Amino acid sequence: MESKKFRLCKLFCAGLILIGAILSAPVQTSAFSDQVIQHGATGDDVVELQARLQYAGYYNKTIDGVFGWSTYWALRNFQYEFGMEIDGVAGQQAKDKLASITKFDKAFVMRQIQEGNTFTYYGGTPQENQVKKRGNGGNGGGGNAKAPNTSAVNVPNGYSQNDIKLMANAVHGEARGEPYVGQVAVAAVILNRVEDASFPNTISGVIFEPRAFTAVADGQIWLTPDETAEQAVLDAINGWDPSGGAIYYFNPNTATSPWIWGRPQIKTIGEHIFCM
Amino acid sequence: MYKWVIIGVLALALTGTAFWGYNERQEKNDIKMQAENNYQRSFHELTYRIDMLHDKIGSTLAMNSRDSLSPQLAEIWRLSSEAHTDVGQLPLALLPFEKTEKFLTNIGDFTYKTAVRDLDKEPLSEEEMQRLEKLHDNAGQIKDELRNVQNTVLGDNLHWTDVELALTDDNPDHSDNTIISSFKTVEDTSGGFSDEKDFNNGALPASNEEHKFEGVTGERINQKQAKTVAAKAFDLNTISGIKGGKSGKGSDVPLYSLSYQKEGESGYADISQKGGHILTLMMQRDREEPKLGLHDAQQKAQDFLEEQKLTEMEMVQSSQYDSVGIFFFVPVQNDVRIYADIVQVKVALDNGDILGYNARDYFMNHHERDLQKPKLTEEQATEKLNQNVKVQETHLALIENDTHEETLVYEIMGTRNDDETYRIYVNADTGKEEEIEKQTTTEARFLQST
Repeated sequence: MESKKFRLCKLFCAGLILIGAILSAPVQTSAFSDQVIQHGATGDDVVELQARLQYAGYYNKTIDGVFGWSTYWALRNFQYEFGMEIDGVAGQQAKDKLASITKFDKAFVMRQIQEGNTFTYYGGTPQENQVKKRGNGGNGGGGNAKAPNTSAVNVPNGYSQNDIKLMANAVHGEARGEPYVGQVAVAAVILNRVEDASFPNTISGVIFEPRAFTAVADGQIWLTPDETAEQAVLDAINGWDPSGGAIYYFNPNTATSPWIWGRPQIKTIGEHIFCM
Repeated sequence: MYKWVIIGVLALALTGTAFWGYNERQEKNDIKMQAENNYQRSFHELTYRIDMLHDKIGSTLAMNSRDSLSPQLAEIWRLSSEAHTDVGQLPLALLPFEKTEKFLTNIGDFTYKTAVRDLDKEPLSEEEMQRLEKLHDNAGQIKDELRNVQNTVLGDNLHWTDVELALTDDNPDHSDNTIISSFKTVEDTSGGFSDEKDFNNGALPASNEEHKFEGVTGERINQKQAKTVAAKAFDLNTISGIKGGKSGKGSDVPLYSLSYQKEGESGYADISQKGGHILTLMMQRDREEPKLGLHDAQQKAQDFLEEQKLTEMEMVQSSQYDSVGIFFFVPVQNDVRIYADIVQVKVALDNGDILGYNARDYFMNHHERDLQKPKLTEEQATEKLNQNVKVQETHLALIENDTHEETLVYEIMGTRNDDETYRIYVNADTGKEEEIEKQTTTEARFLQST
């Protein structure tokens, strides 16, 4: 009797675990957060959105975790096919529909992104046939504490991450002791010069114009910029100009040229006077 | 015995040092010579190109057939652009040379516009011919001056690296340096004609004049009132920590520039003296992991705009950069997006605070526009597009075209090969494609760790 009861109990327990596993599995796969996902978003939800759209055959670009134009058009096509409002925004209705008709193996997709592999996620094709491993370069963020959860980033239209980095180098070299706005203003001056008729027409042309920036002349431009400089550059590229349209600035404590003092001054930010 | 050993060692050390010193010097000279040669190349190319420029404008004027005019003008445009690049490679910064550079930009803009124009339909006007004539004279004067400098540089074996040294030393008087004083003469020559009135109305709008800041209206406010406005935007209870003052005479609109700083946090605001409008707002602090989606953040941005009394705004672009969301808004008048009045808002995604706001363009350009009905329908406009472009979305918009006039256009979002996305502006009256921009707003992350 004792043993039979025990066996029954065991069976019951095993059943419970099985049911639990069945119940918890779908919860894990429909992992969209309650975020309404729109153009420009980045992160896990976007990865899932792209993967599910690809699974259903609407999205054929890289699953990179950045909601760009391709994702936008794919989502709109999907909304059109299923008779939803076509707004290119993944709200509850679109997410529910996607979750019900597609599968999403989060662990698999995330692993591919973190390992930097080239992969696709179409439904009906075995997963292992859709992955091309990244070559053993060995420098793929191996020592990084936190692997990125997206394989792409947003950039302002027409700028590469490298353009931003180069400007951040210049801003860091020129104004690293300055307040944040002071750094944005220096970045804005570089951009104002690109637009100005009396300066070169490219960012690198302006930065490397001989004798234009002291930090370039004495090599401080090659110091590693901090994140603040990069954020300041991004703000300037996105339109902020606290310098008020300036094309020159100088430090009144060190400026020797009488000519620079003759320029109409706009304002002082930190140690720098900005002028036309 | 010891003595000789020490003498031997010292002698060896001395020869070693001498050898090392000689090598160092040699290397330094090599590098200096490289820099010098780079400068020399730019300088001689500049003189050559200005010479060519002068000749080409001359032959354009002498040309009878208007068919071959366009290639000639394109050639002048290329030469002026290259000459401009040469100037940018000479160590002239801080030496006023901007008038000559402006002159080159003016030639470039003028010839570009006439080169791309259909000269059969719209030949060069009498006025434009006169302008070209004048440009020819001016280029001739600059050419003569530069050839003079070149002769001195070659004859006296002058070095550009010396110019660089002369410009960096503390003595503000450089009249003893021949290159510097000759370039000043060139600049004075250019200055004479770039001040002429007709020089500003065609090619480049004098940018300060067109910025009227018509959107800035209301009563003049004092500094204390401005600080109150700033305190509200900074989310502070008191104005005591806010510092700052009035803008100088170089500012295109009179402002109060106000800032505050406390541990791990800073804020900055530009507030118009007239009406107390916030033109620029920037906040900086450390941020945590994002908790807010872009969609919710957009609502915060919209609420903020309404607080600033900016209504009828449409969100046209949103982007997430780690823990901030940046939104572009434009005003909409009669269903037309007014791109000149663009406003940017930056929202923290950890708690939804407004981190930045930029309404400089809005207040610079905003006014009630007299918008005409488009002559073409949406269908007529899209028919004129390339067959490979698949139209996805269409809006009416007001943009500045390449001659800096506000133009009513259809803004068409299209894809090519289902792959690349393009933003195409088609003139709503003539059907001309005013501008096409490829949309590249995402880029693969570079994998090497820094």
